Amino acid sequence: MSHLVGLLAILLFAPPPAPQRGGELRLAVQAEPRSADPHIAADEPSELLAYLTHGVLVRINRLTQQSDAELAQSWKSSPDGKSIVFSLRPTVKFSDGAAVTSADVCYSLARILEPKLDAPNGDSLRGVAGAVRCAPEKNRVTIIFEKPLASAERWFDGIAILPASGKEKIGAGPFQIREWQPGAFITLERNPHYWQRDAAGAALPYLDGVRLDVQRNRDLELMRFEKGEFHLINNLDPDSYDRLRAKGGNSAISLGASLDTEQMWFNQSPAAPIPDSKKGWFRTTSFRQAVSLAIRREDLARVVYRGHATPAAGPVSPANRLWVNTSLKAPTANPQQALALLRREGFTFSAGVLKDPQGRPIEFSIITNAGNKSRERMAAMIQQDLAAIGIQLRFAPLDFPSLIERITRTFDYDACLLSGVFSDLDPNGAMNVWLSSAATHQWNPNQKSPATPWEAEIDKLMQSQALAMDPAVRKRAFDRVQAIVAEQAPFIYLIYRNSMVAVSPRLRGVQPAPVRPQVLWNVPRLYLQN
Amino acid sequence: MKFAAAIVLLLLSLAALTGPWIAPDGGQMQFRDHINEPPSPQFPLGTDPLGRDRFARLLSGARISLLLAPAAALLAVLLGALIGIAAGLRPGWLAHLLSAACDLTLALPWFFLLLTLRALIPIDVAPAVSLLVTFALLGLLGWAGPARVVQAGVQDTLRSPRILALRARGAAPLRVLTRHLLPELAPLLAGQFLALAPVFLLAEANLGLLGLGVSEPMASWGNLLKELESVAVAGPAALVQSWWMLAPLACLLLSTGSLFILAPREITP
Repeated sequence: MSHLVGLLAILLFAPPPAPQRGGELRLAVQAEPRSADPHIAADEPSELLAYLTHGVLVRINRLTQQSDAELAQSWKSSPDGKSIVFSLRPTVKFSDGAAVTSADVCYSLARILEPKLDAPNGDSLRGVAGAVRCAPEKNRVTIIFEKPLASAERWFDGIAILPASGKEKIGAGPFQIREWQPGAFITLERNPHYWQRDAAGAALPYLDGVRLDVQRNRDLELMRFEKGEFHLINNLDPDSYDRLRAKGGNSAISLGASLDTEQMWFNQSPAAPIPDSKKGWFRTTSFRQAVSLAIRREDLARVVYRGHATPAAGPVSPANRLWVNTSLKAPTANPQQALALLRREGFTFSAGVLKDPQGRPIEFSIITNAGNKSRERMAAMIQQDLAAIGIQLRFAPLDFPSLIERITRTFDYDACLLSGVFSDLDPNGAMNVWLSSAATHQWNPNQKSPATPWEAEIDKLMQSQALAMDPAVRKRAFDRVQAIVAEQAPFIYLIYRNSMVAVSPRLRGVQPAPVRPQVLWNVPRLYLQN
Repeated sequence: MKFAAAIVLLLLSLAALTGPWIAPDGGQMQFRDHINEPPSPQFPLGTDPLGRDRFARLLSGARISLLLAPAAALLAVLLGALIGIAAGLRPGWLAHLLSAACDLTLALPWFFLLLTLRALIPIDVAPAVSLLVTFALLGLLGWAGPARVVQAGVQDTLRSPRILALRARGAAPLRVLTRHLLPELAPLLAGQFLALAPVFLLAEANLGLLGLGVSEPMASWGNLLKELESVAVAGPAALVQSWWMLAPLACLLLSTGSLFILAPREITP
């Protein structure tokens, strides 16, 4: 008996096994990163690559949403919000062994703010804070903003620190790029100079490397995960989640509602090479509202996402309890009301065909990324819903690079179905979407001055909330932004999907977060158990 | 064997032609309360993840695949016949030119060429237009094989004693072509048609698997096969459990197999 008690005591009070060092973490990315330059990363694979290979002054903890000290060991904002002082860790080095200095911080900040670079985070910061000055001192940086900035340190989660020598592939992240085979894979190796250490003082990361396989087909990704070739899947789709759960085991994990939205939008860019008649429809608020009203969101959540999603009311997921405007409700599909709205604008509906005031039938195409079964199914369902109000929707799945090219450069598309991705609860994290001057203001990017009065109001509200020091004032302003977006429907929000991941039993140290990069947010502390 | 193959093709064609009466919506209607259901009296082959009737989609796909693949084969054979006859009748620079074009086309990786051309179609074209363009491309890219065979056939026929005698008697070239040459070539052309139709059926299936075939919400055997991908990945047990999802594959195998059986042996690859 005493032996048994002793054994139990050992089991209960023994320290957890020490993390194993070594091994290569393998996972898939659905498309090749468009760039290794972290300052212009705008697609998910590029952002992931930047996260793994570059360091920032402050990292938003994906689990707690608090700001964690990273390359800066501490910071202090001035009471008026017009400046922030970062104290740098004295021993931090880039992957080439050079020390990270205050000059590197100022160089990175100047680079990201350079309009020619078209960096999404830089454009937003410039738009809100006005002119930004950086004063380097030894192990200290003072950054001065023209206008006050609320939660200023959170902006620096999106600003990778690069060496002032201009080598954008050199970073201070946990890994560095070893090999990049275009279209096939990217392998990363441990940054020997990485600054973080574990509780026992051992150097992090535990892993020797990370391999990102470009694998567009989600079925093959799942098969390779089941065979043990991949150790994790971020963004598990509902089919795969259900399949893994049905097989038993605990590899599939649902983290509840994510911050991400699935949304569609119409191309309202004046530069779009599409007929003027279409531009006219897309710029008509009633048209957008009618399309929104015709879509059965509850069916999308139930049929496509098998209940792993909820109908969307606006841009902020209810998972973001701090900032969601709870007065907004997801629209209930009402084709009759949709037709009434369209008739008021002069559209006619007869013999199952909707025509504009000039008698042209309403037909348009919607693009999305090929290979994403959930989006392809959503598009097919939206097709049927819009057919009920006489709109003929054509569905065009495109490979991801072509899709990005169309929505960011050529603007050669009618409508797009894609997700809105957020890794920060704070509205400032989405500044690059809401400001009309931003490159990722997707329905009409890079506006010299706001195209509509409501976009001008959004600009004003977003800027005022970013500058306000009182959280209640910020909340009121951002509530109004959400209400305007819900009413004007530049983005038609469809569903909030749940965050689901799959993790191999071999992968330890996992604390998955519902925001990107889900399982990998604490990658320095992940390890593979033999 | 050929009789059985003809019966199979006839039955498949009948099913395709009667499809609009059996399933008037062409399998496009989504029954959202009946998703992923197994076979039932209401849905003989169950429903897909959007609640669409798989049987109706199979019939609709049969109409597209069984009508348009042979149409594309006919286009390829007609083009091949024109070019082959021209090259066969006019030895010299024209024959050399056509022969070189034929060699070049045969040397091209035509499936990749097809993929490239298919990807160039504007994204906002109607599904029916993209469907016709896809099959027209198949037809336009498939002329070289028949042209080479027809050219050889024309040259053989022209050297036959009967035609030599006719020409020696001063028969008009047009009369020789229409009354004697074309009837001689007819079995050759029929054989080419029977050999190409199943190839085009499979090509459409390949395009469908790559998401470049017939676009949603229309059904073809190619895009129906795409659904098998996720079941196949789940393993053989899942395939056996979802046996009804194999129906498009069975139809494709039966129709291509039957066409190959009907094709003259010396032409079948």
